[in-house]
Amino acid sequence: MLKTLLKSVREYKLPSILCPIVMVGEAAMEIVIPYLMTFVIGELELLAESPEYSVNITRIAVCSSLMVVCALFALFCGVWGGKLSAKASCGFARNLRADMYDNIQTYSFANIDNYSTASLITRVTTDVNNVQNAYQMCIRMLVRAPILFISSVVMTCLIEPQMALVFVGGAVMLGLIVFVCLIKVAPHFKMMFKKYDGLNSVVQENLTAVRVVKSYVREEKEIGKMQTATEEVYKYSVKAEKILTFMMPCVSLVMYAVIIVIWTLGSNMAAGNVFGNVNAADLQTLNIYAMQILSGVMMVAMCLNMISLSKGSMDRICEVLEERTTLPKAGEPVTQIKDGGVTFENVDFAYSQKSDVRVLTGVNLSICAGETVGIIGATGSGKTSLVSLIPRLYDVSKGSVKVGGVDVRDYDMDVLRGGVAMVLQKNVLFSGSVAENLRWGDENATEEELRLAARQACAEEFIDALPGGFGYDLGQGGVNVSGGQKQRLCIARALLKKPKIIIFDDSTSAVDTKTDALIRESLRKHAPETTKIIIAQRIASVQDADKIIVLSEGEVSAVGTHDELLKTSAIYREVYESQTGGENAAGGENDGDE
Amino acid sequence: MAMNNKVMGHGGSNFRGAGAKSPMKTLKRLLGYTFSRYKVATAFVVLFVLLSAGATSIGASFFAPIVKELIVTPEHPQVDMWVIYRNIIIIACVYVAGGLSSFAYNRIMMYIAHGTIKKMRDEMFVKMQRLPLRYFDTHTHGELMSLYTNDIDVMRQLLSQTIPQLISSALTIIFVFSFMVYYSAFLTLVIFCVLFIMLLTVKQIGGQSAKYFLKQQDALGALNGYVEEMIEGQKVVKVFCHEEKARERFKELNDNLNETGRKANSFAFILGPVNNNLGYLQYVLVAVVGFVLMATNNVGVLLSGYLAGNTGIAACAGMLVSFLAFSRQFNMPIQQVTQQFNAIVMALAGAERIFEMVDTLPEDGGGEITLTHGECAEGVWAWKKPVGGGFEFVPLKGDIRFENVVFGYDDDKVILKNISLYAKPGQKIAFVGSTGAGKTTITNLINRFYDVQSGTITYDGLDIKSIRKDDLRRSLGVVLQDTHLFTGTVMDNIRYGRLNATDEECIKAAKLANADSFIVHLPEKYDTMIKGDGANLSQGQRQLLAIARAMVSECPVLILDEATSSIDTRTEKLIEQGLDKLMEGRTVFVIAHRLSTVRNSHAIMVLEHGEIIERGSHADLLEQKGKYYQLYTGAFELD
Repeated sequence: MLKTLLKSVREYKLPSILCPIVMVGEAAMEIVIPYLMTFVIGELELLAESPEYSVNITRIAVCSSLMVVCALFALFCGVWGGKLSAKASCGFARNLRADMYDNIQTYSFANIDNYSTASLITRVTTDVNNVQNAYQMCIRMLVRAPILFISSVVMTCLIEPQMALVFVGGAVMLGLIVFVCLIKVAPHFKMMFKKYDGLNSVVQENLTAVRVVKSYVREEKEIGKMQTATEEVYKYSVKAEKILTFMMPCVSLVMYAVIIVIWTLGSNMAAGNVFGNVNAADLQTLNIYAMQILSGVMMVAMCLNMISLSKGSMDRICEVLEERTTLPKAGEPVTQIKDGGVTFENVDFAYSQKSDVRVLTGVNLSICAGETVGIIGATGSGKTSLVSLIPRLYDVSKGSVKVGGVDVRDYDMDVLRGGVAMVLQKNVLFSGSVAENLRWGDENATEEELRLAARQACAEEFIDALPGGFGYDLGQGGVNVSGGQKQRLCIARALLKKPKIIIFDDSTSAVDTKTDALIRESLRKHAPETTKIIIAQRIASVQDADKIIVLSEGEVSAVGTHDELLKTSAIYREVYESQTGGENAAGGENDGDE
Repeated sequence: MAMNNKVMGHGGSNFRGAGAKSPMKTLKRLLGYTFSRYKVATAFVVLFVLLSAGATSIGASFFAPIVKELIVTPEHPQVDMWVIYRNIIIIACVYVAGGLSSFAYNRIMMYIAHGTIKKMRDEMFVKMQRLPLRYFDTHTHGELMSLYTNDIDVMRQLLSQTIPQLISSALTIIFVFSFMVYYSAFLTLVIFCVLFIMLLTVKQIGGQSAKYFLKQQDALGALNGYVEEMIEGQKVVKVFCHEEKARERFKELNDNLNETGRKANSFAFILGPVNNNLGYLQYVLVAVVGFVLMATNNVGVLLSGYLAGNTGIAACAGMLVSFLAFSRQFNMPIQQVTQQFNAIVMALAGAERIFEMVDTLPEDGGGEITLTHGECAEGVWAWKKPVGGGFEFVPLKGDIRFENVVFGYDDDKVILKNISLYAKPGQKIAFVGSTGAGKTTITNLINRFYDVQSGTITYDGLDIKSIRKDDLRRSLGVVLQDTHLFTGTVMDNIRYGRLNATDEECIKAAKLANADSFIVHLPEKYDTMIKGDGANLSQGQRQLLAIARAMVSECPVLILDEATSSIDTRTEKLIEQGLDKLMEGRTVFVIAHRLSTVRNSHAIMVLEHGEIIERGSHADLLEQKGKYYQLYTGAFELD
């Protein structure tokens, strides 16, 4: 897991390695400066001891200047190290985000279905943030702290090895306390984060469904849900922090105990009661080392804590990074689509390999290039699933789908999808101008081409009426145009691809019957080669198709023209009658179509 | 709906990247909010912080006598171990007391902080539930969401860590300061000079850091927004092979975030070493100044503190040793305070945003008339209207009338012009017209999501403004254009319509809505969990559930706003039969694009530019050969 993540360090390897080294420089100074202090203090104490003592001015001058030099060097190292760590950690985070995003771009529809949008967003932002903090802490502290610890111990040994033993003993105890506490606290934190997710989803739901809540006057119920959620978060936060607030005094207590032992022992050594090479000035220096050693241990513990806390985030990031597309690339990809013919051979399909719920079973179809094909069926009969197989948004479970006589799995993905345009049921436009959105279909489309596609989709007129025309800003999700307009823009966008096959997945539901017919008419005229597959609720939208496929519970129940189906298919007739009120089943003046 | 979204684009006054506008006021309010609820606990916190800070500073002063005792001089030839032990015992006691106090205040503060955070979240949520719809239309979800996450989070840090640390640091500074003045006022002055330089540096660096941290928040928001949009539209991205393009803009935003983050963190990380090493320089400076003064025999200047008059050079040197130790102690808390700088800036910016939301005026509760069940007669729903001292009951029927209603979302843009209509109990009224003609707006006015600008709407003869809002809405069943489901089982979601509905009633509603047939195919049937707004269901299935939810509510008035747009006509037909059975004697408003949906209505209103241009039954309207006829025959574009 760590390996996967660390791959993203890349160009930030140098600062990542340099930072700890520079930090060691700073740490070394932290050791040297107190040592130099001892000399200054020592002189003063000798002076305090006997006023006649002639102070060694050179020694003080040298030590003081050395201290200044050291402090400046430490300052330099500290500042540089800080900058390096900021560069390395932010850069690492940037690469992580980019890598995740890149990988998400390779996902198939089946991959995408695995993650909720909210969870992907959390992974790209919050989780990366957590990892960034842990990384930053590690490169700053994980080398510096042990070095500080070891050199402090060494310096102490120089003064008096017995004292070093006391320190090591204290450090071990401290390490144990911190270790035990962190192990105890981890599950509580884990629960707390889980409860946080729950809390967020309550807020999220209430924001998106505010109208439902208000309509049903369910404010009190929702407030109750929220209170349960906050209560849970409170419970686990307190549980976790209780341990932490207990840990800190324990840590201080150990530190104090070490200091008291040092002073008791040291005083006795200085007084000559116990053998040992410690004098009064040394004691104060030892005090400083004690702090450094113990804070070194604390730092390491904190780092480990950060890492363990961010472990959940790391796991979630790795999941995204390691997810491989469920659509394997073709070995020797075919790079050209011969024509827009489509064949389904014994196709079975299920959304998940595990589930045995077949969405499509035993589908056999043959659609010739240039044909107009309508698909009709009840809610949940598998219409969308059927057409999703053509641009290989999903792979079949059994059988094969062929485009232009070649299995879709043998095509280069970009070529296949470039040749098959699909106007999805859930139309999405992006923030940006009308022209920018249309150019999704063809990046290099000229003004004329945009206009032509818009005209074919019956969108030209209303685009011109918009303030700014093709330059009009659509806003996020295309909120600034109506449903029908949105659908027509999506159609124009698809037309710009000049596809071999174009699929309309219920994409004219908000367009009136006349415009609907006009769009079909212009398609017939301007794209005779293109195979047109239309899923529709309205019989009128498919009535004049060359072929209409009636789907029922994942199976093809009938295929034929409008007139044929009226005679042969009960389902089709029923749908037709439901739309015409059954008065004039043969189609009269007021039967809902032109 | 589309209308409301449009408003959203222009709204959002809340600029996330800005710092707090009035930090002092916000801080005062935040502290008041936090501590006024925990007066006694706060007193204890202050007491324990005092004890703990006192212990840390006083404890150090007992080391000097030990050092002094250990140094053997002709006048003091014998080390008295008792003096040493006594001091060590005092130090131990002081430390234990200090440790216990710090444990105590941390514990208490933890309860205060988390308690406050919980309380604040709850209150924000309660408050949010009472906000008018207009508020949600003018703020993005991301904005509101981050109030509960980011903003609250930095506040928790402020309360549980920064504030106790600040108090403790301030006290330590005061203690140490007094000791230093006690020893030598002159050297204290020297320290103050360094301190001044230190503060200037901190202000510079900290200011830069805070600036970039706020910018970083902004960059993060922008990235969030983009990722959200792209991942929402991921399937379109795929279908158009647009992956490369989608990466470009992301790269830009990602680089921007990296840049601001790097700067913000650089400045923040620099603060520590700068302070720390300035502290060392200060140490050297004090030592040198002390020596120079001693060497030049200016002991009087040196000992200008409480010890003035004690002119021995030995005492002087001893004092200098202690003073140097204190000066190290003085730096620690100052360093701690400066490192909290960013936390404070960010927390105050967040707190201000939270208070802004809490301060928004809530939706008014409506009038005095309430809905009662069984109060005037057994099992009868009725409006209870206060008249004089007593009450008058008006039976609930579902008669709705609009009289000369004028309305616009903005004052200067009228959406509905002078609408008058009536719907008698049991009638089905349909609205037909282009998007933006005002169909959804009409239903928004009935349940008082918005209020009319002029004219009146009456419900069973009562002005809806005189009815309590909750009761008014309770009497209206609504199926909205966008279906939203809640985390929970399928059954829970149906029961949302009426909380005391039995399982049988829910299943019956599901059958009427034709949802039963797909529910029984779900892995756990009615106990299947719905997650992420029903992501595992198809658009049509979600609509069926929403209809079942409305059916179970048994309201006398039902509003269906494009409720069957994703359902095939055959299923719709089946639902309609169920609806008709259920809604016998009740009023239904239908908005639909599909004319087949509205055909059997008692009255169809054709709306255009906020006006009713035609009304009548299907047959009447066809006879009129007007707009409806054109629509129906496809001669006119409906959009």
